[in-house]
Amino acid sequence: MTSYPDWWKLVFGRFTLEALPLHEPILVVTFIVVALGGIALLALVTWLKAWGYLWHEWFTSVDHKKIGIMYMILGVVMLLRGFADALMMRGQQAIAFAGSDGYLPPHHYDQIFTAHGVIMIFFVAMPFVTGLMNFVVPLQIGARDVSFPFLNNFSFWMTVGGAVLVMTSLFVGEFARTGWLAYPPLSGAAYSPGVGVDYYLWGLQVAGIGTTLSGVNLVATIVKMRAPGMDLMKMPVFTWTALCTNILIVATFPILAATLALLALDRYVGMNFFTNDLGGNPMMYVNLIWIWGHPEVYILILPAFGIYSEVASTFCGKRLFGYGSMVYATVVITILSYLVWLHHFFTMGSGASVNSFFGITTMIISIPTGAKIFNWLFTMYRGRIRFELPMMWLVAFMLTFVIGGMTGVMLAVPPADFVLHNSLFLVAHFHNVIIGGVVFGVFAGIAYWFPKAFGFKLDPFWGHLSFWFWVVGFYVAFMPLYVLGLMGVTRRLNRFEDPSLQIWFVVAAIGAVLILLGILCFLVQIAVSIMRREQLRDTTGDPWDGRTLEWSTSSPPPDYNFAFTPVIHDHDSWADMKKRGYQRPLTGFRPIHMPRNTGAGVIIAGFATLCGFALIWYIWWLAALSFVAAVASVIIHSFNYDRDFHISADTVLREEDARSDLLGRA
Amino acid sequence: MSGSQDHAQGHHAQGHHGESHATDHDAHEAPHGSLRGYVTGFVLSVILTAIPFWLVMADVLGNSTLTALVIMGFAAVQIVVHMIYFLHMNGRAEGGWSMMALIFTIIIVVIALSGSLWVMYHLNANMMPDMHRM
Repeated sequence: MTSYPDWWKLVFGRFTLEALPLHEPILVVTFIVVALGGIALLALVTWLKAWGYLWHEWFTSVDHKKIGIMYMILGVVMLLRGFADALMMRGQQAIAFAGSDGYLPPHHYDQIFTAHGVIMIFFVAMPFVTGLMNFVVPLQIGARDVSFPFLNNFSFWMTVGGAVLVMTSLFVGEFARTGWLAYPPLSGAAYSPGVGVDYYLWGLQVAGIGTTLSGVNLVATIVKMRAPGMDLMKMPVFTWTALCTNILIVATFPILAATLALLALDRYVGMNFFTNDLGGNPMMYVNLIWIWGHPEVYILILPAFGIYSEVASTFCGKRLFGYGSMVYATVVITILSYLVWLHHFFTMGSGASVNSFFGITTMIISIPTGAKIFNWLFTMYRGRIRFELPMMWLVAFMLTFVIGGMTGVMLAVPPADFVLHNSLFLVAHFHNVIIGGVVFGVFAGIAYWFPKAFGFKLDPFWGHLSFWFWVVGFYVAFMPLYVLGLMGVTRRLNRFEDPSLQIWFVVAAIGAVLILLGILCFLVQIAVSIMRREQLRDTTGDPWDGRTLEWSTSSPPPDYNFAFTPVIHDHDSWADMKKRGYQRPLTGFRPIHMPRNTGAGVIIAGFATLCGFALIWYIWWLAALSFVAAVASVIIHSFNYDRDFHISADTVLREEDARSDLLGRA
Repeated sequence: MSGSQDHAQGHHAQGHHGESHATDHDAHEAPHGSLRGYVTGFVLSVILTAIPFWLVMADVLGNSTLTALVIMGFAAVQIVVHMIYFLHMNGRAEGGWSMMALIFTIIIVVIALSGSLWVMYHLNANMMPDMHRM
């Protein structure tokens, strides 16, 4: 370790050249590949002279549709990173037997399982879910944008900022080695003195601000901006689930922010909230983080339930069975999700009465969830089912999720949990519900709404291939983990002594490879669809014979979504309009008031991210400077009065005439 | 951001199409405070802040637990004062949504606080028996 002069510390904080992982060959190779890929991408954009286009049309856009699409792209990119971590773990566990250390030393392996969890939840599942809600909700409620379009853009870039910080930890310093929730005392200053946990803290704080604000935004949008006639019980089910999810976000993400802030105070200024001594209590952290953490899993799954509901009624060609019960089940789940958090730490030592209470509340949640399954089944019953790709994901979800739900109820029984806690059975359970529930739902949603977003359908062949690899791969990868968990194997182990376990890990690794093929097929599907877009073109705007308002617009919808705000008389409003012989208005357009794009979101989020980076490395001058710059940018932006414009009636007329031409050709 | 909200409401204003906004959500503007209301709120806040200070500085009650409880009581009243005079909340604001949100918030806060107290009491009693003797 070379010593650095004092000025170095003043300028670079605790960053030293040793923090660059030049001694880890895996990371060096990864870095070279990433750097080459990055340079190639930048070169391509420059060669296409696309910078101006990207900046003006996308990065600064306040259009909810474009922001939604950018969220989805972020999700796909981070999925690749998170899945690379998964493959490395499965590879390590498949070979680290009988004296072999595998290829990942514990120091590196621990970072990988932490990064995998953090990335998959915060930077894959959350962007996917937020992206779909952003794109779909305003269209479903007949609005032209969200309530606060600029805030929406800013939220997105804060989420990107958090992702950037987590990705930076790969090549500058290290990531946390604590597991995805960073329990103290392990994550405290005494046991994790490095930058890893600080990357975790600031990455999540920056992204968390974005998530909270986007939750506020969508709640306000759904409450205030529904089209006339759309009272609450006429809202599409996806909008209902989005409303409940965003209420959960608004109510719980502040708890996460406060808990992480307390841990940061412990680490940065020597406070003792969660330390072992001086009156600190690490158990309080576990308690608080799960008050956020359990609602978080419902934040992810509720929109997926909404997607399945839309898919079920569309592809069965009839109204959703039991709309009212679906809505009430969603609301009940929203409330109950606050009453179960302790089931994540039954073994921490609460008494029998506490454990029984939380065990019972947990089991009660399976009742509304089960009711939903029956609603989808009865929607299919006597429906004219079209097994298009989204419908296939729905069926795969129902089969898979029921297994995950039942193992969840097993884990909800406190005595059983004492045996299964922290075992691979638990790992198999939550992957079962998150992959089988959220991920399948997101893929169903992508296949369902892709033609709405881009004007052409996704290629079905590669979609089917991706579907089968994903579904089969899931079972091959995670059923062995159930078996291993029941045999008592705990999670997060770097190597194993008992050679009889190896075969199960090898099978699980094969499953991971199958899922890899599923992801690759998905990417090929996108590429093939873009190349074949003329054959896959959707000129009608309603390729699936949809039932909700988004299908009444063109594909892709015009910037203003609706030339006239529609009037709603029924849920499944578009199906109702079609039945009553709805005619598109062709004349009488008026100028439309729209928000103007602004770069302020990128700039403020950029400063916030820089501030996070500086805090991680103790570069105090940079932290102060970027914080002041961020606040100053907010103030300056508040004086920007040039924030709206009108789309002229002529432009609207041109767009609508173009639509009429397309419809005529169909 | 407020500009964006104006824009949002602008949408409905252009509703055409036979019916104009049948169920207009934006019909009643949120009540804006009067000078009188703000001054009342300010004076109440000052009083509610000054009394706890006095209780601590002059050690009026002579019992720190009791003092802490009284201060928490004043804090709760302070919250209500802020909600009424500064946030202009009442049963009708925003078509009842403010009240709904308040009720929901109270439920969540009560669950989180009472649940945490219950859970942490158990954990403390079961897992840290020596703490009390130290």
